[in-house]
Amino acid sequence: MNTQLLIHAAGVSRSFGAVHAVREVSLKVHAGEVFGLVGPDGAGKTTLIRLLVGLLDPDAGQATIFGRPASSEADSVRSLVGYMPQQYSLYGDLTVDENLAFYGSMYCLSHRAFEERKAKLLRLTRLERFGSRRADALSGGMYKKLALACALLHRPRVLVLDEPTNGVDPVSRREFWDLIATFVAEGTGVLISTSYMDEASRCSTVALMHHGSILERGVPREMLRTFSGAVFRVIAADRDSVALALERQPGVVALAPDGAGLRLVVQAGAELAVRQAVGAVRARLEPVRPVFEDVFLARLGDAESARVQAA
Amino acid sequence: MNQPAVIEVRELTRKFGAFVAVDRVSFDVVEGEIFGYLGANGAGKSTTIRMLCGLLAPSEGSARVAGVDVGRDPERVKRSIGYMSQQFSLYPDLHVTENLEFFAGLYGLGGRVLHRRADELLELMGLAALRDARTSDLPGGYRQRLALACSILHQPRILFLDEPTAGVDPGARRDFWRLVRSLASRGTTVLVTTHYMDEAEYCDRVGLMVDGKLAALDTPEALKQQFIRDPMLEIHSVPHNLLAEIAGLPGVRTVEPFGSAWHVRVCFDASLQAVKDAVLAMGVPDSDIESVSPTLEDVFLEVVGRSRRA
Repeated sequence: MNTQLLIHAAGVSRSFGAVHAVREVSLKVHAGEVFGLVGPDGAGKTTLIRLLVGLLDPDAGQATIFGRPASSEADSVRSLVGYMPQQYSLYGDLTVDENLAFYGSMYCLSHRAFEERKAKLLRLTRLERFGSRRADALSGGMYKKLALACALLHRPRVLVLDEPTNGVDPVSRREFWDLIATFVAEGTGVLISTSYMDEASRCSTVALMHHGSILERGVPREMLRTFSGAVFRVIAADRDSVALALERQPGVVALAPDGAGLRLVVQAGAELAVRQAVGAVRARLEPVRPVFEDVFLARLGDAESARVQAA
Repeated sequence: MNQPAVIEVRELTRKFGAFVAVDRVSFDVVEGEIFGYLGANGAGKSTTIRMLCGLLAPSEGSARVAGVDVGRDPERVKRSIGYMSQQFSLYPDLHVTENLEFFAGLYGLGGRVLHRRADELLELMGLAALRDARTSDLPGGYRQRLALACSILHQPRILFLDEPTAGVDPGARRDFWRLVRSLASRGTTVLVTTHYMDEAEYCDRVGLMVDGKLAALDTPEALKQQFIRDPMLEIHSVPHNLLAEIAGLPGVRTVEPFGSAWHVRVCFDASLQAVKDAVLAMGVPDSDIESVSPTLEDVFLEVVGRSRRA
């Protein structure tokens, strides 16, 4: 397996006034790897991404891409990186073909190289039939696929995607991830932030950001295996009244409807008390497997309680 | 449910040139109901909502919202409804309370009524401590709750939420839905679109739009029973080279990624055990294979994915 180091952050920090947006973050992204970045809104994910692609300079630490500083040699670095910002990055008045041509000329691709690459990307994104449609008139999922195609035109070795699938439907999200998998299989390295926990668990490595720092990182399946909490399906005649009774129970990390029942996530050590509370409202528990969202919520819950205690 | 319908949609249609964005859609939503309106990007969800809010005239058919015909009297509809769109429009330079005051002004609220209502909403949304914060300094989840507060200042009977949680983290999404449910339990009717299928579980009923048409409408449980008759295996560790082999096993209908796991749908008349045995024989440990019930995401992939593959 090719394990070339593509992105390397060593203790990068960045503040805006009194706000420490990113605090001493270190990470590595290798070829053929998908590195996922998750965390609550305002945790510093976008700032970190902007530091990694050289759009922002760190106050301390250093980010390098292929061993070159991301900031000072921004131009030479940019040709190696495909970056898809969170905001709309295409020209809405231009057609699909025109947007691709614009990005092609920005990257100074030769006519032949551009045509070859464009044909491949349109085929992979299944946008061939929409070449003359204005970007504004594309559906959300198609727009995101076009933005990805534009970011991939110059054959970057590393892709940096900032919440690329916000507002994208489940079918289109799967298509988007299949596309990413195609390029990862060719050796591209990917750094991606997401608010979808099923996407997080498809990454090779996931880092959970909180208040500017990386709280935890690991292989999603390992993080699930070592999850110390417990997850149950609650079976009850009256779902809503049981939900009300359990909502304020200490040790309950999360409680959400799941069909006719409820899905209950309990902190490590709180299981016995929760079982008693469940028994008192005549509901029944069935153990189920944790998913990545449970890990996310439990870990953040712990971190928040630690902050409150420290304050 | 025996409550009266507060949204009545009949053969509602909207065309843009030759393109039929919404195609003869009919449904009712009753008082206090949370109605989930799902579909792929471009399936016609936002177009429907814009017609129901009186922002866009129907081409054909009709809709009554809070008893008002939206085609005939779009201005009067606006008084009974709250609307929060994907790109909710708060003023980033204004403080939290200033945004509330601005929107209150639009609804003709002022004076003591406004102050009481603003305090009540700040408390309900968990924003009381942040009332003097600049809106642009709020984390996304808080901004979104402020937008919700602005859309219900005038105590609308009906609330339209168009992808209110796009890009919001899991914890904040849960907080948001707790608020939506508490509004509904006090009688507000909610019509909401979302691409998070776990959120659709919060809805009393769910409608699925495919290419402008309402392809399915029922409770989440009934939709699962209706569309996924097949039993399903969830497999937690599969070497990628085995996926095609599993998909090719007799009786296997589909293999779809679900997070780090895979959902294997087995035809309802085939043997689940035979498929499981075959997967075991490939070297997948028994502890990594389990029978699971379908989720709304499975339903979505079935109904929407099927139409797209066709």
